Amino acid sequence: MTPRSLRGRAAIVGIGETDYYKRGQAPHAEFKLALEAIVNACADAGIHPRDIDGFASYSNDRSDPSRIAAALGCKELRFANMQWGGGGGGGSAAIGNAAAAIMSGMAECVVVFRALAQGQHGRYGQGTAVPDVDGHAAHTVPYGLLSPAHMFVMKYRRFMHEHGVRQEALRAIAMASYAHAQENPRAVMHGRPLDEKTYDDSRWIVEPWHLYDCCLENDGAAAMVLVAGERARDFPHPACYLLAAVAGSQYRAGAPVHNTPDYATASFKTLAPRLYAMARMGPADIDVLQSYENFTGGVLMSIVEHGFCSAAEVNDFFVLDNLLAPDGQLPLNTSGGNLAECYMHGLGLNLEAVRQIRRTSTAQVPRAEVSMVISGPMVTPVSSCIFGSEATL
Amino acid sequence: MTSPYLRPGLPAPLPSDLDRPYWEGLRDERLLIQRCKRCARFQWGPEWICHRCLNVDLGWTEVEPRGFIYSHQRVWHPVHPALREQGPYVIVLVTIAHADEVRVVGNLLGDPLQDLVIGAEVQGVFEHHADADPAYTLLQWRYAR
Ligand SMILES: [Zn+2]
Repeated sequence: MTPRSLRGRAAIVGIGETDYYKRGQAPHAEFKLALEAIVNACADAGIHPRDIDGFASYSNDRSDPSRIAAALGCKELRFANMQWGGGGGGGSAAIGNAAAAIMSGMAECVVVFRALAQGQHGRYGQGTAVPDVDGHAAHTVPYGLLSPAHMFVMKYRRFMHEHGVRQEALRAIAMASYAHAQENPRAVMHGRPLDEKTYDDSRWIVEPWHLYDCCLENDGAAAMVLVAGERARDFPHPACYLLAAVAGSQYRAGAPVHNTPDYATASFKTLAPRLYAMARMGPADIDVLQSYENFTGGVLMSIVEHGFCSAAEVNDFFVLDNLLAPDGQLPLNTSGGNLAECYMHGLGLNLEAVRQIRRTSTAQVPRAEVSMVISGPMVTPVSSCIFGSEATL
Repeated sequence: MTSPYLRPGLPAPLPSDLDRPYWEGLRDERLLIQRCKRCARFQWGPEWICHRCLNVDLGWTEVEPRGFIYSHQRVWHPVHPALREQGPYVIVLVTIAHADEVRVVGNLLGDPLQDLVIGAEVQGVFEHHADADPAYTLLQWRYAR
């Protein structure tokens, strides 16, 4: 019996997005942004939205699939899926869920989407504005541990301590995103390059993370269209196949009040071996990587846990030249990513990974055949996926 | 009585059925940690059952408020209105000694710009908020002498 696998069983045939806005500056309602991105993804795929029969999203997206299907006039709804968990941990998981629905015959044409208008619905980077807290939050919030940066930096500080990571490693990650954003006219930080001095002189948000180690907060929406792998050649763009997708986290990752036994981790140690096994590949086969930057420290741990370098090698590996397209050792976040293109809870990273396979990125890696996305480090569950060209099947 | 480490206005902890003995213990200057009555192991943060043996009958055991800094952070950017005038402050994650490696979150008292040392021994300090309604107590930390 062949192992059960998503490899090649679904393909991304359309990608679409809205313009990206600074937080609170979107001219449309969040739901309308979702529709706009989906309509654009369908136009890219050369299909009519009425033929979508499934939706998958994550992070408690507020745009209800039944309402989207009604608004778009979809003929029928067969799959409406939400990946549990917060932050961007579900980005690649939602793609895996969509592919699983297609592979199992539950749906034919599934849209993965994420829409965010933080100005209309509160803000991620701000603490809670209530008089008291109970449950697990009561054990952190009264001590001023309030924001995502506070929740995650403690993990990174421990990793940094255990492995002697220098600040320059984080700076290289931030500078790679900003360098790639200068090539990308869609990027919010297009025209605003980042140099070493600007990074070094920038204020601390929370040590050891500077302002430039932290993601943007943006409004907008992104979407992609998935169909069965055997249909992928019937669409206008070069086929981009899903070679693997995995989601989850390690033993008791959800232990409360910072009591996860394996603490200093981005939560990918148990996922990465399954990801490579499904893709029948290893880190050396990956041509280009998009790795979710809620904070640069999470990117660093994610890349170690996916085997691109060991924890002992990080100070040598994370230098800017290694991370730049077109010919760095591991071109990273080639659209500008969450730091410098747009913070769309990471789905923008998945769109960029597809562009690399289509060879249409503004920071294209020559001869890119295999493209990886790592979604949502340090939360639980997290996820990652690998895309490949037809040549990789 | 010394003033609280952080400026007033942050959300106050509200005991729940999950952790009421913990908060009542702190008010009496006792650190009580959840401990399974069957397998006798500590667990934290609070859970409804023992994650090791699934026993539903959990007790609470007093432990000495001493431990070691497992990780830390110095916060500079205020994300709550109460902290606008606070300036930098330090949060530590402390492994409690002699309690199956459970960790608690607190502030490290003293100069917010002092050196932060992973592995250093710390001593618990009970910080009473007697004027709050309802009154509560936080467990803070300082370097052990
Ligand atoms: Zn037990």
